[in-house]
Amino acid sequence: MSFLEYRVKTAPTGLSKVFYVHWALILVVTAVAAIGWLMLYSIAGGDLNTWAEPQMKRYVLGLVLMLGVAFTPIWFWRSMAGMAYGISVLLLLVVEFFGTVGMGAQRWIDLGFMRLQPSEFMKVAQVMMLAMYYDWLDDKKVSRPLWVLIPVLLIVGPTILVVMQPNLGTSIMLIVAGGAVMFAAGVSIWYFVAVIAMVVGAVAAVLESEGTSWQLLHDYQYRRIHTFLDPSADPLGAGYNIIQAKIALGSGGWAGKGFMQGTQSRLNFLPEKHTDFIFTTLGEEFGFVGAFSLLMLYALILIFLLWAAIQNKDRFSQLVIIGVAANFFLYIAVNLSMVMGMAPVVGVPLPLLSYGGSATLMIMLSFGLVQSAIVHRLR
Amino acid sequence: MRRAPRDTEASGRRFTRRALFMGGCMTAMVAVLGARMRYLGVEQADQFRLLAEENRINIRLIPPERGLIQDRNGKLIAGNEQNYRVVITREDAGDVELVLNRLSHLIPLTAADIADVLKETKRNSPFVPIPVAERLNWEDFSEIAVNAPALPGVSPEVGLSRVYPRDQDFAHVVGYVGPVSERDLAGIENPDPVLTIPKFQIGKIGVEKFLEDVLRGHAGTKRIEVNAVGRVMRELDREEGQPGADVRLTLDADIQNFLQARLGEESAACVLMDVQNGDILAITSAPSFDPNLFVRGISQTDYSALMNHDHRPLADKTVQGAYPPGSTFKMVTALAALEAGVITPESTVYCPGYLEFGSRRFHCWKHGGHGKVNLERSLMESCDVFYYEVAQKVGIDKIAEMGRRLGMGIRHDLPMSAIAEGNMPTKEWKQERHKSEWRIGDTINASIGQGYVLASPLQLAVMTARVATGVQVVPRLVKSINGVETEIKPPESIGLEPGRLRAVQRGMYAVVNGKAGTGRGSRIADDTMLMCGKSGTAQVRNISTAERASGVVSNDQLPWRRRDHALFVGYAPFDNPRYAAAVVVEHGGGGSAVAGPIVRDALLRALYGDIPPLTAYPADQRGRMESLLKDLQLRQPDGSLPASSKV
Repeated sequence: MSFLEYRVKTAPTGLSKVFYVHWALILVVTAVAAIGWLMLYSIAGGDLNTWAEPQMKRYVLGLVLMLGVAFTPIWFWRSMAGMAYGISVLLLLVVEFFGTVGMGAQRWIDLGFMRLQPSEFMKVAQVMMLAMYYDWLDDKKVSRPLWVLIPVLLIVGPTILVVMQPNLGTSIMLIVAGGAVMFAAGVSIWYFVAVIAMVVGAVAAVLESEGTSWQLLHDYQYRRIHTFLDPSADPLGAGYNIIQAKIALGSGGWAGKGFMQGTQSRLNFLPEKHTDFIFTTLGEEFGFVGAFSLLMLYALILIFLLWAAIQNKDRFSQLVIIGVAANFFLYIAVNLSMVMGMAPVVGVPLPLLSYGGSATLMIMLSFGLVQSAIVHRLR
Repeated sequence: MRRAPRDTEASGRRFTRRALFMGGCMTAMVAVLGARMRYLGVEQADQFRLLAEENRINIRLIPPERGLIQDRNGKLIAGNEQNYRVVITREDAGDVELVLNRLSHLIPLTAADIADVLKETKRNSPFVPIPVAERLNWEDFSEIAVNAPALPGVSPEVGLSRVYPRDQDFAHVVGYVGPVSERDLAGIENPDPVLTIPKFQIGKIGVEKFLEDVLRGHAGTKRIEVNAVGRVMRELDREEGQPGADVRLTLDADIQNFLQARLGEESAACVLMDVQNGDILAITSAPSFDPNLFVRGISQTDYSALMNHDHRPLADKTVQGAYPPGSTFKMVTALAALEAGVITPESTVYCPGYLEFGSRRFHCWKHGGHGKVNLERSLMESCDVFYYEVAQKVGIDKIAEMGRRLGMGIRHDLPMSAIAEGNMPTKEWKQERHKSEWRIGDTINASIGQGYVLASPLQLAVMTARVATGVQVVPRLVKSINGVETEIKPPESIGLEPGRLRAVQRGMYAVVNGKAGTGRGSRIADDTMLMCGKSGTAQVRNISTAERASGVVSNDQLPWRRRDHALFVGYAPFDNPRYAAAVVVEHGGGGSAVAGPIVRDALLRALYGDIPPLTAYPADQRGRMESLLKDLQLRQPDGSLPASSKV
């Protein structure tokens, strides 16, 4: 496969690429990130240095990386898919054996200047790998069992490593996002029906297994499930976060208490108020209007992505964009459900808002891939 | 070889279809999330606003009230006093360090205190109140209350803290409480959540420690509403905890006080027990210390003063101390010999003042010897040679077995710290412990309670009680818990033939009341409560042949540390035993001169139920006793010490 297969002359080259970058997408992403800086500034009690400034620096770094990725032809990235996937698996193995234990889970490698979370890299690498696979695979074979088994193994392998960390949130995201790429690639709908039926059965089994000798999840995960079902059962422990998060969100009302006026989220009731629970501050200070606006900005980004995928005629590009969109959507859906008390607390950040290096950089890099696909689209 | 075009029209349409389907799913989820936002932020907003803006709900553990410890008559030994203190809550304080620095202008707080509190706040959840200062006086307390606006997160409150009104009298037996340490927590499986309350106090030694589970109780919880600055608005509801159970000990606070004062500054121990049911009436170790110092956090200087004191005030000599019992052990050897049939009460031994055994010569304390000695005389005059002879015939194993039957060399199960087992040596024991053969010389030494024989004052008292009654008296310290009487074991005979027991008792009677008795100076003049006893003087050093040749150096000329231990055991009344007592005065000198009078005072104090009248003492001692009793620093009926006596 050489780049000659693309009709090069129809893809922009050189500086002219600048005109083909999806600037509207960058604008909306920046707007969302800016909301994040405001919130971090507010949570720190009007202090820039604590969280807002480092997060801005990361965003700028991410933006530069994104443009770098965007100006590199998409076929280069396709050729890199296998390597990215391989390196990510390797890093996951490294954390498994040498990783730093943080928050009760082995999740990152400490590089000194930053903490690397290989599971975040895996999210992108997996999408690239699957897109490349289906780009290569003859369309007629897509739904044959053997050719379905290969991508399933590509998804399940790393997921097992992530579950072992243990990191339930990322595991779920890897499976669902991988499934989304397979679905978009055209795998027969019956496979998905079967898998969903099995998942329902498995969830029932997990709940049944509690307290027995074959208990399937950690105790703390069961406690989170119970807390989700009935947060008042353990109001001092696990339920505390959810109850307080709901109070903060709900007390914001229609228009919120005003910037820097939140009492709840600033009173240190949440250990992760600047990371996973950052949405509570937005809800408290800007109310339903602020929270819903953020949701609409996210929706706009998703629309941009889906539209770009449909417009694109290159299979690798299409699938990468769909995969990135699925991941981005899952971040939002899982985080917001958990913060609003609709799902167990699994530790998934809110994309572009939550304070944190790996997730922010990976989201920016994945948007870089999307941009590259858009810029190098066959016209 | 060119592959088929990847993007056939059909697969392209399928991709678009499926992408739109996914878009639909996402839209649905976004709609659900939006609806949830609306529900929380618009429909339920009023309720949440109420919870948040005006009030916030806090849930706090209510520490249970610790059970009281009382003496047998209900007098308070350990109670709880109101304690004005300030706590700080991290989530309300914001900058904890700044607030603490402000606070340090109002009340004395050292940099170390502040660092300590900062560490505690970081270790705990943000809503947990951390004590900053305890036992504030009313002025400091009110000053903090007045300055509350400048001190966010700081709240003055009234808590309970442990207090020992009879401070040093019960320091060893009752012990004291202190804050839970990491080490305490590590030692407990599934710690009670109440233990995680910062600076929660638990028993560290003594009864406080061993009855911790009974005394602690269970924590309750309360839900309180606090406003935005953290002030408590009202209590929503509370689940009451369960206060700890009150423990009543068998001790008598007044007798304990009397004996503690009687021991004075000697390094001594005294155990007084009721021979009829095993109740320990007093168990005192001197010198003592004030347990309240430990509850409040003892200063380094106070602590090192206690640690470096050569009389070891922190050690509980009554149960931890294992001493060679000296001649007080002779009852055991005598009973073993009588039971083994080696002697009868009438058997005699000739005492020339020493016993030659091989190349060694074992001396009797009386240089010229006692001449012909029977059992009664051997006890009365404490002849050593009699026991040297007899013990060789009985053998050490039988003597040790008799010792155990009488309660020595075994651990008595009392809720006190570091109870010593003492030692009743046997042949097997020596082989195991010292890897060497038991020698006859060892038996000879053991026969008069020297050598490998070790016993605590508690064991000596139990032995005396068992000799006095012939019953297997078991010591008891806890009388009742929450009013429920603890079980007393039904008296069980130790299985000694009454005639033989009576022979030993007669000997003990002669010790105190006989003309030549070694304990004659400690006799009781009241005919209804005549005392039986036995003195003992335990060597702490070996007397060399050279020393003996040049004349034994008397105790008074020796440095304190090398003087003999003085021991005395006794019971009274002789014909119907009621109380038994054992006293050990470390390095006190002669048992009959030093320890005997204390045993007599202990027994008289218990028998009369008050300070003994002078008529109980022999006429020639009354003058001395009068001033001695008058000078004792006893507590007033309310438990306080006379004003002049506070040291």
